[in-house]
This record gives sequence, structure tokens and C-alpha cells, in this order.
Amino acid sequence: MQFLDFEKPIQDLYEELDRIREVSKKSKVDLSASISDIEKKIEESKKSLYKNLSGWQRVQLSRHPERPYTLEYIERISEGFVELFGDRNVKDDKAMVGGFGQIQGQTVMFVGHQKGNTTKQRQYRNFGMANPEGYRKALRLMKMAEKFNKPIVCLIDTPGAFPGIEGEERGQAEAIARNIQDMFLLTVPVVCVIIGEGASGGAIGIGVGDRVFMMENTWYSVISPESCSSILWRSWEHKERAAEALKLTAKDMLGNGLIDGIIKEPLGGAHVNPEEAAKNLQKKIVESLKELIPMDAEERIQERMAKFVKMGVFNEA
Amino acid sequence: MTWFKRETQGIFTQTEEKKEVPEGLWFKCGSCKTTILTDDVHANSWVCPKCDYHLRIGSDEYFEILFDNKYTELDANLEAANPLEFVDSKPYSDRIKATQKSTGLKDSMRTATGKVDGVPMTICCMDFNFIGGSMGAVVGEKIARAVDHCIANRQALMIISKSGGARMMEAAFSLMQMAKSSAKLAQLGREKLPYISLMTDPTTGGVTASYAMLGDFNISEPGAMIGFAGPRVIKETIKRDLPKGFQTAEMVQETGFLDFIVHRKELKTKIAHILRMLM
Ligand SMILES: [Zn+2]
Repeated sequence: MQFLDFEKPIQDLYEELDRIREVSKKSKVDLSASISDIEKKIEESKKSLYKNLSGWQRVQLSRHPERPYTLEYIERISEGFVELFGDRNVKDDKAMVGGFGQIQGQTVMFVGHQKGNTTKQRQYRNFGMANPEGYRKALRLMKMAEKFNKPIVCLIDTPGAFPGIEGEERGQAEAIARNIQDMFLLTVPVVCVIIGEGASGGAIGIGVGDRVFMMENTWYSVISPESCSSILWRSWEHKERAAEALKLTAKDMLGNGLIDGIIKEPLGGAHVNPEEAAKNLQKKIVESLKELIPMDAEERIQERMAKFVKMGVFNEA
Repeated sequence: MTWFKRETQGIFTQTEEKKEVPEGLWFKCGSCKTTILTDDVHANSWVCPKCDYHLRIGSDEYFEILFDNKYTELDANLEAANPLEFVDSKPYSDRIKATQKSTGLKDSMRTATGKVDGVPMTICCMDFNFIGGSMGAVVGEKIARAVDHCIANRQALMIISKSGGARMMEAAFSLMQMAKSSAKLAQLGREKLPYISLMTDPTTGGVTASYAMLGDFNISEPGAMIGFAGPRVIKETIKRDLPKGFQTAEMVQETGFLDFIVHRKELKTKIAHILRMLM
């Protein structure tokens, strides 16, 4: 397991545990008492460490290299997934995946950003940064879901839409704008979940839903803490401060009424126990669909719009 | 994640974000360097009579150019709040107050309603000199109310964009204005009322990626910079030079995302003509 800088105390305890186990094995001395002592210590320090993570620490967890990504979640929460490729126009964007699958017998259309687990995969997936064709592929699949009256599940995990020449020329801004607007008019239920990083337009480009949830150790904002820091303080050094200022954690977002709920992760993050994380995710999706499917399509659209139209705080003299 | 490079200029360098509207008797064109009587530039819709350079102007100037004699401003009392208690070099609320004082504006967008060449319409216009024309909750709400006004009065809507993108100090609230404005424009569309989006120099980031690109008519002025990511960010990402003319209105029209580019002097008659054909 890879540990993050702030997880050092726990890493130390794990290393001590390994050492004692080794000694016990070699010397054939029964050290089970000290072993269970350390195991208890690990549990306790985990509990206290993860109880009050800072914004920046959540950002770090959201980017943990072992964190489950979209296709892994789809694999874990659905059966019979059929991946569908291409935007029927330019190409297939590897940073955006989608297709039909069944969650406990209910057919849904999955759409989501995809990151890679290895260096090669990361490049192949363009680090989860989609181009316009990715957003148009997502919209194509969502419209197909609408045609067959199947709900849509969007899994969001992106450091941003890709800033490149071809992307600009093919209308990155138009693609994102179109998705946002057309998602409001979808006649089928839409459930969106931030499963990792929710960076600005690249995230909200598949982020308009009847329900929008964040997993516990994710972030969602208009800019990354690093970029925010470099703009405000002209260096990436103040990313911790920027992360606090942006109020980008699930708890902050729920408190500000910008999301509908938080999905619990296992202690230490989704990567510690992906199965448990997936189970929690599945439960929330199933729950939401149970509420949304019986609703009248127009009523759902009106509520979806009203929810987002309410967002924003201002003064009126 | 990278929409703010341009806004950086807006935040830190006061001179660069100033409107180009000259205050003295004489005006020296930034493009062709000719010195011209300010009145002549004004009479020419703030376009250099020598080289056709379109000066960066604000809501006052656009309203004057577009409306027939008089117009009524709507929702003029909306002001930014500071829900996140955001502090950078100074608290966001202080920055708002200071910017209001220096610009005489309440925020980066004003709405007005009146007649354009006899055609009743409502226009939302952004002011770049208000924190880089950044989009916060006030902008979202102004668009929302303008749409409601258009629906109630069966009018067309025009939004004149000029923006560095989302307003960082409102963080996720600002991001959600992309959704809010798009939802309201969807409502306008369902009522079959026309929406004209005029993208002026510069239109970037979350503004381009929401209401600016959603027009029934996406139009621009000659030479305007229009893009999603800022050129510096793209250059840093791809590590090569950008093609000539990249992200200019002319190129954006060539790649298929603008209906037309219109000279500012013809703007008023052209949009009125289109609306007359439709309504
Ligand atoms: Zn000139």
C-alpha cells in the first residue's frame, strides 16, 4: 500500500508491526500480545487521523494512485456491462467511458471520466482529461439512454477538461456548454457522483443530475488548489491554504447546498477497501433511482432545473 | 482548472483591465497608433476609423450603441455576497467594495431592456473591468431574471460576453452558475424565444463553456479572442507554439462555432433584422 505524507504515523506503525511479526517468526517467541497492541494502536490512530482531514488531505486522497476509477466501480456495482465507444463524429475519447449495465436488474447507462492505474494507462487515458469528443460521446450515450427510457449514472473524476489546440478547434467550450444544457432536458433520471476529482467545467460537463453526490474523500470546485494558489500567491506552495479557501470538500459542498449527499468511504479512503466503497456507492444509486424512477419526467426536469437555479448567494439592496 | 490565467491579469494589473474608452480629447489607437479625435472614435461605435480596431468597451457603451434612445436597467441592485468568506490578499468583500468604487459598477454584468431598431429586447452585458468580467452568483442571477423577463414579455435575449471566466473567490458557487445560466437558457429555448450570444474580446473559460456558446446565434466582433482554456495554459500543457490566429473570432468561425462576425457599426441593424425575420 502506498502511504501519503500525512499518513506517516500510520505507516510507521505498520512497519513496526511487520518488524515484530518478523522477529516473532524467526525467534519463535510468542509476541501476539504486542502484535495485537500495535494493531489496536493502528486502528485508533487511523480513527483519529481520518476523522478530521483537511481540505488538502482530502484532495490527496482523491488522487491516490490506488483509488478505484470509473470502470472498476462499474465492474463492481453492475452486471453485464457493455462498453460503447466513440462520438460518431471524430473519434473515441479514452478519457471518457460509457455503456449499458445492470444494477440489481435495472438497466442503466453509465458515463464517466476514466483515469489509468499505470504510467502507460495514465497516458492512454490522458489523465482523465477529456476532449470535446469525450463530452459529445457522453451526450450521445445519454441521449440513447433517454431513447430507451433508462436512467443515467455519471461518475466524475477529472483534473479538468484537456486544454489543447485540437480541443479548442473542435469546440471544447461548446461541447461542455451543450452537455450542461441538454442534461437539464433529459427525460430520464440522472444520478451524478464525484468519485475522485471534480475539477471545474470538465466535471460539470457530465455533472447535471437529479441527484449529485460526492464520495467522502473527493473534491469539487471551480479550480484546483494548485492553480488557485499559483494565481493568488504566485506559487504552488500555498495549495493547503487554497484548498481551505475553496471549501471544496464533500462536507463543505453539502453545507453550502451544492450537492445532495455524501457517500461514505472505508476508513483511510476508497482504495483501502474498494469493495466496501463500491457497495456504498451502489446503495446510494439504487436508493436514488427508487425515488426518481416513479416521478413524472417533466416534474423531474423542473426539479432538476429549480435545484441548480437556486444555487448562488448574492445581496439585493 | 486553468481558466484563471487571464483573470490573473485582471486581479493584479489594474491598467491592463481598464476599458479602452478614452477620456481625453484625443485618442491614440493601440493598434495602428494613429491619433484621432475621441469624438470621431465615439461616433464610429468605438471602432478606430483608420484600422477598424474594435476597442474594448463596457455595458454603458454597448447599451448606447444598441438601444434606440432610451432603455431601462433591470435588477440593478444585485451585489456579490461572500458566502465562503474568501480571503486572498484582501477579503473578497473588500475587493468587491473597492472595485465598485473604482468602476462605478455593481458587478460584472448589467441588464437593460428597450428597443433595438424598433425591436423590443433585453440585453445582459458584461463589464471586463469588474474583476476581469468574472462570473459569480450575481451574473447567474442576472441571466436568470433576464430570461424570466423575456419570457414574461415575449422578447428576445442577447448576452454580450466579455470575461476571463469563473470568479475564483466564489469557488463552487461560481462553477454552478454555468449550470444555472444554462438551465435558464434552456427555459428560454423551450419558449421558442431567440437568444443571441455576442462574444467580445475576450470571452474565455466557464463563460464560453456555458451561456456564451449556447446562442441560437453565436456571433462575435472582428479580432475578438474566444476560447475555453487560456493560450498560456495550452502552451504550457502541450509545450509547443500556438498556430497563428488561434482563438480569434475568425478562426472560431472557420472551425464552425460562430454563425457570423459582425462589425460593431452593423451590429444593431443586423440583430434587429434577424429578430424581425423570426418574431
Ligand atoms: Zn487604429
